[in-house]
Formats: sequence, structure tokens, C-alpha cells
Amino acid sequence: MGGELRFVQGNEACVEGAMYAGLDFFAGYPITPSTEIAELLASRLPLKGGKFLQMEDEIASICAIIGASLTGNKVMTATSGPGFSLMQEGLGYAIMAEIPCVIVDVQRGGPSTGLPTKVSQGDVNQARWGVHGDHAIVALTASNHQDVFSITVDAFNFSETYRTPVILLFDEVIGHMRERLKIPEPGEIPLVERLKTSVKEGVDYHPYLQREDGRLPMSDFGGVHRYNVTGLFHDMWGFPSEKPSVVHELMRHLVDKIDHHVDKMARYREYFIEDAEMLLISYGSSARSALHMVTDRRQHGERVGLLELQTLWPFPAAVVREKTRNARYVVVVEMNMGQMLQPVKAAVEKPERVFLANRVDGVLITPADILNILRLIQGKGV
Amino acid sequence: MPARDYIRERFFPHMWCPGCGHGIVLNGLVHAIENIGLKKNDIVMVSGIGCSSRIAGYMDFHTLHTIHGRALAFAIGVKMSRPDLTLLVPMGDGDALSIGGNHFIHACRRNIDMTAIVMNNRVYGMTGGQYSPLSGHGTMATTAPYTNIDQAFDIVSMATAAGATFVARATAYHVQQLPNILEEAIRHKGFSVVEVMTPCPTYFGRKNKEGSAVNMMDNLKTRTTPIGSKAKQENPSLIERGVFVKKELPEYCAEYQRIVEQAMKGK
Repeated sequence: MGGELRFVQGNEACVEGAMYAGLDFFAGYPITPSTEIAELLASRLPLKGGKFLQMEDEIASICAIIGASLTGNKVMTATSGPGFSLMQEGLGYAIMAEIPCVIVDVQRGGPSTGLPTKVSQGDVNQARWGVHGDHAIVALTASNHQDVFSITVDAFNFSETYRTPVILLFDEVIGHMRERLKIPEPGEIPLVERLKTSVKEGVDYHPYLQREDGRLPMSDFGGVHRYNVTGLFHDMWGFPSEKPSVVHELMRHLVDKIDHHVDKMARYREYFIEDAEMLLISYGSSARSALHMVTDRRQHGERVGLLELQTLWPFPAAVVREKTRNARYVVVVEMNMGQMLQPVKAAVEKPERVFLANRVDGVLITPADILNILRLIQGKGV
Repeated sequence: MPARDYIRERFFPHMWCPGCGHGIVLNGLVHAIENIGLKKNDIVMVSGIGCSSRIAGYMDFHTLHTIHGRALAFAIGVKMSRPDLTLLVPMGDGDALSIGGNHFIHACRRNIDMTAIVMNNRVYGMTGGQYSPLSGHGTMATTAPYTNIDQAFDIVSMATAAGATFVARATAYHVQQLPNILEEAIRHKGFSVVEVMTPCPTYFGRKNKEGSAVNMMDNLKTRTTPIGSKAKQENPSLIERGVFVKKELPEYCAEYQRIVEQAMKGK
């Protein structure tokens, strides 16, 4: 219901965002801390004639949503780190065959079974490079439930616009924490529907022939045009090809269609950046602690600011370079061993001024933790 | 319609070796589809990876060439969103029962309306002759240079135990029976499994001294027998062919539709 005020978990905010975006089909496999997404959709989707499937594993889940997307549906699956590892081959297929789909990874501690019920942000690089082979990827996140809702809608919109899988990289704290969510009115957030081909029945349709703007108009699989889809390098008919020019062109297309639109996909929030000497960069639940600490120190007159990234991949390097220009120190706040630290260092003018404030013990990093590290950097001791 | 209307001639010649049985399966499918009178636009063929899986590219249907072992999982996504379409899922023995074994048994269990065709040549052909879960104890392969100590699956028993509601076995030699069994499988409302024994003279035959492609064809004739035949009683080592299971159980898409109706009624 539009305009409705709710008190929900982050996983539920994600479900609401997906339903708002027009989700038709979900397939998944139970895994903590993402399971509520599957549970909620099992009851929600049939109400609109949509489909919910509990598959035999995460591999089958991503394959099933890819099949369903081909026929014209908006699709999603949800998992956590271990399941996300299993999904990598399906993810690579969706990248190669250019099939829109949304994959939610509610991160927990890893590697392996790790810390099933505890928070982590350790899958940032798995999202980026979990798939073998060169490729571009889109991964988004959020730190509060209103943003979880809208970034989920963005995920579907990007997925349809660029015909690519989009990863929603939430974490256990965001997934399970409860807070207020106002469901936007229908139409309040614009929705992108799939670009359909105008080629008539009986006319030769080239499923992988790009328009001038790089977009691929799609014909619903099972409809009037019969064509081939494959995970092999393929020509404009979707047929396997090893011709060097075809291979080169497709690889460039797959990377360029994302990399050329970094600015359009860059989602971020900024707090007290203008005059900040000490700039924090954070995302997801750790950005909540960072914001709390920044707000508190501002009241004491300290020039501290926060850049909260919502688009992690493609990495918004130009935004980070611009926003960090006036800062004396940059501190990346995250719950891993520094996975966002590296792209930040690569983006800024003075990488030696970039530091890491992290916590990797399954406990949410606190404002006090961040302040302690700030004091160390300032040479003031703890 | 002539058979050539069902294939994509511009992608021929095919990549299968001389003497391979996969083309006979393609031919059998064309005849089965012709007999049923299915329109090309109503057929989706989903395949995995391997020699057998290349069949999808050669046929003029909606064709989805996926990843190794996962064809059935993709097919379930297509079928659930478009239950009106006819789903054909050709797979190899390694594809369907080794890397795809888990998807295979769960597809059988769900009884979703589609036809799985396991083209069993008892070897990984595309990668050059390694043993598959269907090669069997005592066979030779590039990865079993001394001898294979793995026991083989029995596809028919496995599909039956997993709950498939139509289970049959055919061979590439019995070209009259093959389209009939495929037709019955496609017409069956539920999950159908058809094992088709096909020869791979290039790898399985060569490694196991089975002789020429013609010899291997002859073996399919002499080593198999119709279900319940007198010959089977006299020689239990013969492999039976025919329809083993044909039963009615609620079909998955139809059952899900009932869930949708139930949910909407309570709204």
C-alpha cells in the first residue's frame, strides 16, 4: 500500500522494494541471514499471480530465475555468502547472456560457513570478482530501510536498463534490524520496464544486435521469435562463435555498457563533507556508526564528514576523488580486512592519507571504535 | 512438415563425429514432434554442456544452451513462468547425472511437466574420453588408464526411485521405437525421463575395444531386449528397453496454480 508507514526488518524492506519494482518470480534456498526474504515472498508473490520456488540449492535458484527472466519476468533470488559462492557460475552466465536479474546477498561472516548469524561486509570483492573471466558488475547497498527500499528499486531499474545482473549487498545488521519504512506511493519512484524489440513476427530478429546506444531490445523467450541463448561467446544471432572480432567486440560491449555509465549508477549520500578535514567513507551498517560518530563530533566542533557509498560497483572513483579533495585524512570504515580501502586508495590524490577503520569479529563496528582509530591517526592516542 | 524445417540448416554441418548416435536422437525428436503436431514456437529446448547439448543449437525452437549440469534448473524457471510451452531437455550422461545429479533427482521429485532426454554414451566425449558415472566398473577411459573402479548408475532405477512419472529407455539402434517413446514421453503430463543409449565410437568405443561404429550399433541390438522378454529371463545381463513407468501424479505448475488461486481467494 502506497504511503503506508511500517516497522520492518531490512529484509522486509527489500521485499517491499522488489514488489514495488514489479517482481514476478523468485527462486531461492534457505540461508541465514537472508531467509526472511524467501519466507515473505512465498506468501506475497502468489497474491499477485507471481511465482515462488524453493529450489534444491543456490545454483538451481539462480538458474531458475535466469530462465524465468528470459520469458519476460522481473526476477530475484536472495542468499548469503556461502550461497553467493555457489551462484557465481549462474551469475557469470547472466552476465554473458545479458539477462536481467537481481541477486541479494545479505552478508555474514566468512569464509566458509563462518559466522552464520553475525554481521560482516566480507563479500565486497566476491561481488566484484567472484565470477571467473573479465567482466563488469553492478553491486549496490544501503544503510537504512528507506534506502534499502529505494536501492532495491534501483537494482531492478539498472538490471532492466543495462540487461545485466545486479547484486544487492546488504549485511546481517541491515537485514535483521527493525526500523521505520514509509512505502512510497505508486509512481513516486519511476520504474524501468524491459526494452522490447519492435521486430515483427516472421522478420529475422537478432537478439544480440545492439542499438546505437548499446542497449539490446529483447524478445520474450517462448514468444514470436525463436533464437538461441548461450554462455559461450556468441554472434548477433546468439550462436557460439570463436571469431576473434566477435569475441573482442562482445567482451568490450559487456564491460563498456557498465563502465560507461558509472556516473548514472553512482548512488551515495554525503554528510558534512564541505569543510571536513577528516573524511570517513563507509557503506551499509558500518555507515550508521560512522554517521553517528560524525554527528556527535560535529557538536564538539570537529571537522569530520562522511561519504556513504550506495553504489560499490562499478566503483564511483570520480565521486570519491572529488569528495576527498579537501580532506586531510580519509578513513574507510568497513567490516572486512579493507576490501573498499583499495579502490578508495586508487581513486584519491594522496593514497598515503587513506586509513582503515575496521572490525572483523562479527560485531557491528561502534562509533567509539571509529573515534579511537581517528585519534590514533591524529596522533592523539586513545 | 519435412524434417529439415525443424532444424537450423545454416548451422550445419554439425560437430558430432562420424558414427555418433546423437544425430539419431535429433532425428527421433523431429519425428516425435511432427507426429504430435507441435508448433516450433511452442517448444523450448534447454540443454547443458557437452556433445549432446549442442543439439539445442541445431534445432529451430526457442533454444537455451546453459551451463554444465544445470539445464533442468533453467528449464524449471522457463516452465514455471510459461506452463503453456513444451519443454525438452536433452542432456548427456555426465551432464545429467554427475554434475547435474542433484537437479535431476529433484526435477523427478517435483513432477514438473517436461521431457528429460539423457543421451547416454557412457563417456565425457567433449573433453576427450574421461569416464562418466555411466561408464561402469571395468571399463577403460583416459582417466581410468588401468581400469574404472566406479560402479555405474542405472538411470531408469534412479529416475523411478526419485519419482519421475514417466521413465523409459531406448537406443539409437532402434530407430522405429525411439520416436514412439519420445512421443509418449512428450505427451505425458509430468516429468518424463528417456534414457537413449547412444554409441561414442571415437572415445568409449576406441578405449573399450568395441570395434567400429557399426559394431557398436550392433551391440545396442544384441545387448538389449524389450521389457519382460523371454530373452531377458534366459540372459539377465541383457538391458531392457521400453516404457518402465507411466503414472499420474499432480503436476507441479498445475499445483502452483492452485496455490495462486488459494492465495487470491483469501485476499
